[in-house]
Amino acid sequence: MAISTVARAGAMAALTALALTACSTGGSEAPGAAGGDCAPSDGPVTLTFTSWLPGVEEAVAIWNEENPDIQVEVQTGPNGNGGTYQNFFNQLEAGNAPDLGQIEFDAMPNFRVQDGLENIAACEGILEAEDQFVPWTWSQVTFGEEDAVYAIPQDTGPMAMFYRADLFEAAGIPVPTTWEEYEAAAAQIREQGGYINNFSQSDINAFAGLVWQAGGEWFANDGEQWEVNLTGEETTRVAEYWQGLIDNDLVAVYPPWTDEWNAAYNSSEIWTWVSAVWGANTIASGAPDTAGNWAVAPMPQWEAGQSAAGNWGGSTTAVLKGSDHPYEAAQFALWLNTDADALTAMNKTANIYPATIEGANLPVFGEGVEFYGGQNIYEVFAEAGNNVDPDFTWGPTMTQVYNDVADGFSGAVSGSGTLLEALQAGQASTIDALKAASIPVKE
Amino acid sequence: MTATTASPARTAKPKRAPRGASQHSGIRESAVSRTIAMAVMVVATLYFLTPIWWLFVASSKTRADFTTTAPLWFADFALFDNIAALFDYRNAVFLRWLGNSALYAGVGALIATIIAAMAGYAIAKYTFRGRETLFNVILGGVLVPATALALPLFLLFSQVGATNTVWAVFLPSLVSPFGVYLSRIYAAASVPDEIIEAARIDGAGEVRTFFTVATRLMAPALVTIFLFQFVAIWNNFFLPLIMLRDESLFPVTLGLYVWNTQVSQIPDIRALVIIGSLLSIIPLILTFLGLQRFWQSGLANGGLK
Repeated sequence: MAISTVARAGAMAALTALALTACSTGGSEAPGAAGGDCAPSDGPVTLTFTSWLPGVEEAVAIWNEENPDIQVEVQTGPNGNGGTYQNFFNQLEAGNAPDLGQIEFDAMPNFRVQDGLENIAACEGILEAEDQFVPWTWSQVTFGEEDAVYAIPQDTGPMAMFYRADLFEAAGIPVPTTWEEYEAAAAQIREQGGYINNFSQSDINAFAGLVWQAGGEWFANDGEQWEVNLTGEETTRVAEYWQGLIDNDLVAVYPPWTDEWNAAYNSSEIWTWVSAVWGANTIASGAPDTAGNWAVAPMPQWEAGQSAAGNWGGSTTAVLKGSDHPYEAAQFALWLNTDADALTAMNKTANIYPATIEGANLPVFGEGVEFYGGQNIYEVFAEAGNNVDPDFTWGPTMTQVYNDVADGFSGAVSGSGTLLEALQAGQASTIDALKAASIPVKE
Repeated sequence: MTATTASPARTAKPKRAPRGASQHSGIRESAVSRTIAMAVMVVATLYFLTPIWWLFVASSKTRADFTTTAPLWFADFALFDNIAALFDYRNAVFLRWLGNSALYAGVGALIATIIAAMAGYAIAKYTFRGRETLFNVILGGVLVPATALALPLFLLFSQVGATNTVWAVFLPSLVSPFGVYLSRIYAAASVPDEIIEAARIDGAGEVRTFFTVATRLMAPALVTIFLFQFVAIWNNFFLPLIMLRDESLFPVTLGLYVWNTQVSQIPDIRALVIIGSLLSIIPLILTFLGLQRFWQSGLANGGLK
């Protein structure tokens, strides 16, 4: 309780920053914005870097070896929504935030609105780095502002369809390429006693990935106020589609990430999972008996012949407000997320999938994966990453949005209400939440 | 965590409670009510022990068996392999966490007990201006949940640059308002003024009187306070979450929680969280079983007086 009040106070104090800096492209509002005031510090510096990536120390050790004058100290904690974001806000309040922090894409607007990020656009080499990154990730760290870069993209979660190649083949069902075919396949699979998929009632960011693919946008910011649109045309289409599958008992509704959910995949009850690249390890770990029988295909499309993809997850390395060494911090963030050795190390210890274009060509992604019948599944994901719409915008209160919509979704899968009603309720509560945080919002 | 740690205490009660009740009232319960009481106790026992049973069984399974076999019965017994894997992960950081927890909880509870005993004894045995006010303020502290104080503490520690240090978790663990309350009640009841007088006449100073005479008479209450505080610190998760960033300072609760949030990135880590949870409750169970006798008598006396 106490914490959210403080965070809210911070929001009130700082929220105007977004509106102001967003429209004044000169960036005179934010210290460190444009104007070349990102200069190297004198003498050796020590940076603190908070990340919950397991084993990130190994990548950092490479940097520390090569840069004796810029030593980076790793701090850790639970994942963002598990406590680290709240810790960042507490630290920003207390004035002892780390120089660098891991922040997921969907939390970036929250930090921006609360003025928790340094603009590192003026730091050497940062603006030029844009070309190295998968296009959609760059718009997530600039918020579309001119001369602004608030973080370096780290990893992404391009989405595709994991499916049981053996079961589809044995049943003579063609692998669906459109959502229409997917529904038809769902009915055939149900006749055989299986389910085509599981509707993950609590993974609202996965649902957002589906909406993202369909071209929907949940939030927009015109520099003066936020617009919330959880019930737009595309979102409605996606919600009604999955509602139909739920109503007709064509998808299972196990709570995700539980034993019974794993068991449903392991026992071949569920045939596909539309998920992100990191899901490859989830299946391999949760459904060991099905090894070798899986394959990956692009997400089914809304219109035949398209190749749109969604994204689920991914994070950035941001320089937090108040850092004494933004120049060095920016250099480190750029190195960490573009250097082949660093990316390889992070992939090895934490399974990250890099946000750089070149990252998709790392040797580790060039081989077939045994669990997936030897298919080189990363080719599919690299292609998907390039087909993610760059215009999708996250809102400043995503934790609240996720919680509120998840409440409604879990009701919907048990028969009370619908997915669309849950989104309508989420729309209203999100506008209320923004107003409560004194963030300007269009009614 | 809370449920599992509470269970040894609660399940221990049924053994004594009926006997104690019959001694006091002298009424023999009918067979029916005794059966019903037993049934309730059995259900409660199962309710509290099943999660621990599950944890034990799950800890003994290989990763593949974990999802594919019945959750409440054994498959291939791999408990020791799992423990070895846990100790092997990240240079045995788990052992370090266990050591940290033992330090925070063990030493913290010991000092907290001494401070609470001195404060309670002083309030019970000395008359001074503002005594009741002081006591009431301390008593008010019982009502303030530790969670609500974590953020103010963080801001305070930030001002002196002491966040992310051992002290940030250790110092706040040294106060126990409930301990002061219990000490006062117990000291008033179990330390007769005559004994203190006698000690003074024999030439003992106040401090010596306290440590050699009063603490012995208060021993059951002190054990209770120690146990309460030990469990409270061991299970305190929120304060370390807010204060600590350095993995090598984490207590075991925070460490396991951090791992658990990484499961979506590294699914394999889940097995380590499970085996780690099992190991992390063993010290609590041992402490409870070892000190149970004192604890029960202390609590009963505190409640009566």
